[in-house]
Amino acid sequence: MSAVDLSAVPPRRMRTSQSVITRVVIYGLLIFFAMIYLVPLIVMVMTSLKPLDEVTGGNMFALPKSPSFASWIRAWGEASIGVSDTAGISGYFMNSIKMVVPAVLISTLLGALNGYVLTKWRFPGHKLVFGMMLFACFIPFQSVIIPMAVILGLLGRIGNQLIDATGVSFGFGNPTVNLVLCHVVYGLGFTTLFFRNYYEAFPTELVKAAMIDGADFFQIFRRVLLPNSMPIIIVTVIYQFTNIWNDFLFGSTFAAGDQSPMTVALNNLVNTSTGVVEYNVNMAAAIIAAAPTLFVYVVAGRYFVRGLMAGAVKG
Amino acid sequence: MSVTIAPIAAPDRRPRATLRGRLQHLVPKLVLAPSFLLVLIFVYGFNLWTVFLSFTNSKAFASFTLIGFANYEKLWNWTFEADPPSSWYTAIVNIGIFGGLYIVFCLVLGLTLAILLDQKIRGEGMLRPIYLYPLALSFIVTGTAWKLFLDPGIGLEKAVHDWGWTSFKFDWVVNPSMMIYCVAIAGIWQTSGFVMAMFLAGLRGVDGEILKAAQIDGASTYATYRRIVIPIMRPVFLSAIIVLAHMAIKSYDLVLSVTGKNPGGAAELPSTFMYSYTFTRNQMGVGSTSAVIMLMTVAAIMVPYLYSELREKRQ
Repeated sequence: MSAVDLSAVPPRRMRTSQSVITRVVIYGLLIFFAMIYLVPLIVMVMTSLKPLDEVTGGNMFALPKSPSFASWIRAWGEASIGVSDTAGISGYFMNSIKMVVPAVLISTLLGALNGYVLTKWRFPGHKLVFGMMLFACFIPFQSVIIPMAVILGLLGRIGNQLIDATGVSFGFGNPTVNLVLCHVVYGLGFTTLFFRNYYEAFPTELVKAAMIDGADFFQIFRRVLLPNSMPIIIVTVIYQFTNIWNDFLFGSTFAAGDQSPMTVALNNLVNTSTGVVEYNVNMAAAIIAAAPTLFVYVVAGRYFVRGLMAGAVKG
Repeated sequence: MSVTIAPIAAPDRRPRATLRGRLQHLVPKLVLAPSFLLVLIFVYGFNLWTVFLSFTNSKAFASFTLIGFANYEKLWNWTFEADPPSSWYTAIVNIGIFGGLYIVFCLVLGLTLAILLDQKIRGEGMLRPIYLYPLALSFIVTGTAWKLFLDPGIGLEKAVHDWGWTSFKFDWVVNPSMMIYCVAIAGIWQTSGFVMAMFLAGLRGVDGEILKAAQIDGASTYATYRRIVIPIMRPVFLSAIIVLAHMAIKSYDLVLSVTGKNPGGAAELPSTFMYSYTFTRNQMGVGSTSAVIMLMTVAAIMVPYLYSELREKRQ
């Protein structure tokens, strides 16, 4: 029988054994696929809890005999990463946080303002402006990375001269500042898209009413739009946070050594060619690297998915 | 006194009011301007800069010596240099394999899971997040996990041997000619849940009345999906293919992490080709040429799509 609307048409006695089999097959397939999606994560966690000889000698699907967080502690504070002097991934984790927080805040705020202008204060050519910003979301970063390297190199030289002159670089040439700049610039398209589509549906009458009451541009934004923007702010923050935290290309190009973000450090740790490969430590580091975004996903999965969809299907 | 001030103040107030009004009028544009300027410079300006570099003989540093289409001719010739394969030839073949498998399998898996989940499944709320969580991970984490999982020495092959099937062989991840398939597996694992979410949203948007009508007409479930549901979802297919194609072209970190920094360039993709020619082989002219080709490919996919999306809204 049709599974499309089991609950709708067929009465109970129509539920033949065939439909029961269909249901079993459907559930079986769904659970089978769920296992496939879960297994790499489970193996990762189990490997991280085993001592190294158990990883290299045992079966990866076997439960750890005596689970211990020793690898986690090693990954966090002791493991040597690439050629860097810093031990453990803790420093790189902090680098990522220092990069993510300002980049997310700035790009979200700018996106909100842009979306507000592009929907409620339209001007001739607003569509072209939006289209140009939208295309910016999709460019391969390879096509901007050489000029970016040149410009960031220039900023670095300015920073050095500022240090010579004043003793302070004012952020010029600082890898974290550079990465924040990259992520703000190349995230603007997405944040603008999110807020534009959201404010498009926001009743313009309310904006007009506030205008008649004498509210100016920023007052309307602060008092009328922002208080009603919570869902899209959450979506945007999660989307940007995930993207920026997970970025590798910019991080590996523009921040070297101790200044690298988490993803770059993880890749260096895993691909260190010296000594024994400590799979358990690698996996612990990978889980720590994944923890912030996974946490966000678990806590706010609904918004996470909505952001992805908004970024893909321009509603 | 107030009488004498009034006539003086009155004409004074009017131009000030219009000035304020004019400023008010400018504020939205002033707010949008910095973002637009950033995009204009960092996206469009930088793209043009890269295009310029592709016509120069830049090596380790950007040069201004124009050499016409020499870099393009070089890449064009490399495209057909199959024996021994040039890096560019490998990159083109690999992007075909990877992109093809990635798009097809993500679509098939995504659609299958979405249709299965749409059968009024109990526990959908638990299953859906399982299919989607890989999206929250960075490609580096995904690659690290799959590299361990597929490692013949400690991963799947060894586990199957332990279970008794000792002739089982699965060494793709360390076999240069098969590495790219492992990259595809990891990519599909990461992204298929997203395609599932897109299709599920599409399925939920199909008018229930149409399905009921088909049911009454005696259409089987298979026929209903084949003839009615899937054709209705054509726009979702289009969106999914476009998103997947552009993600495939941009794939970079996944290759590095699954293969362990792409040994010998066996899993070369245009993105890794661009990076190694620009930053390690000191052939920036060739590197930027490949970047321009990537950009053109993405533009050929995205621009018509974005254009039609923006146009539809106008009507």
